[in-house]
Amino acid sequence: MRVKMSKEPERSNLRRQIDENLKRAYEKELERDVPDRFRQLLEELRQKEATK
Amino acid sequence: MTSPRDAKTAAAKTAPAPAADPRDELPEHLASLRAFALSLTREDASADDLVQDTLVKAWTNIDKFEPGTNLKAWLFTILRNAFYSERRKHRREVQDSGGVHAAALVEKPAHDARLAFGEFTRAFSELSPEHREVLVLVGAEGFSYEEAAKMMGVARGTVKSRANRARARLAELMGLDAGEDVLADAGGATLAVISGSAIQAA
Repeated sequence: MRVKMSKEPERSNLRRQIDENLKRAYEKELERDVPDRFRQLLEELRQKEATK
Repeated sequence: MTSPRDAKTAAAKTAPAPAADPRDELPEHLASLRAFALSLTREDASADDLVQDTLVKAWTNIDKFEPGTNLKAWLFTILRNAFYSERRKHRREVQDSGGVHAAALVEKPAHDARLAFGEFTRAFSELSPEHREVLVLVGAEGFSYEEAAKMMGVARGTVKSRANRARARLAELMGLDAGEDVLADAGGATLAVISGSAIQAA
């Protein structure tokens, strides 16, 4: 694939649309529920330290 | 935000408890850590292992965190370093399967003027982890090139060029020429182009 410098406006438009889709895909991941195991892990780490 | 724990810690240790413990903020970053991990591993189970590993490392190395700096960036750095060091260990395996994977990439999707979201995520999955990483950091998370450079341990210019190559590769995987302006996802955009064609120079 050759990217021509003369295609600058199209390239930035493509880039904008790619970034929009990226954000959309990433947002979807962010909305997923975080498993309890991580909060439990943090709680365990905290308790372990408290008993040190 | 204060917790009973702060008081306990202060009593147990001789050092006076300073400001808030950054570890109290870890829960706020779980969703981001998981999303970032998933963008690297593309697989739930290993993403979760990676997040777990990151949390333990962050917890035990919190003294290395500079208060007042970006905690999320620090956590992301731990996570990506853990990912790449694990990946180096399994490098041979990855290389062995590389041929099969590369063959699958050659197959281009049917050309369509409109970008289907599923198409986008499929193409994203086919990028290298390095390309997915840079796109998530600067494209999705909105870190500056400067911040991303620090996190990735490379020069700022490298981040910029890698991000551009990643976008170009993504377009290529979707069967688009980087010069083509065919990513419009709705008929509306196409219609605007058509109706504007009379006054359009190109």
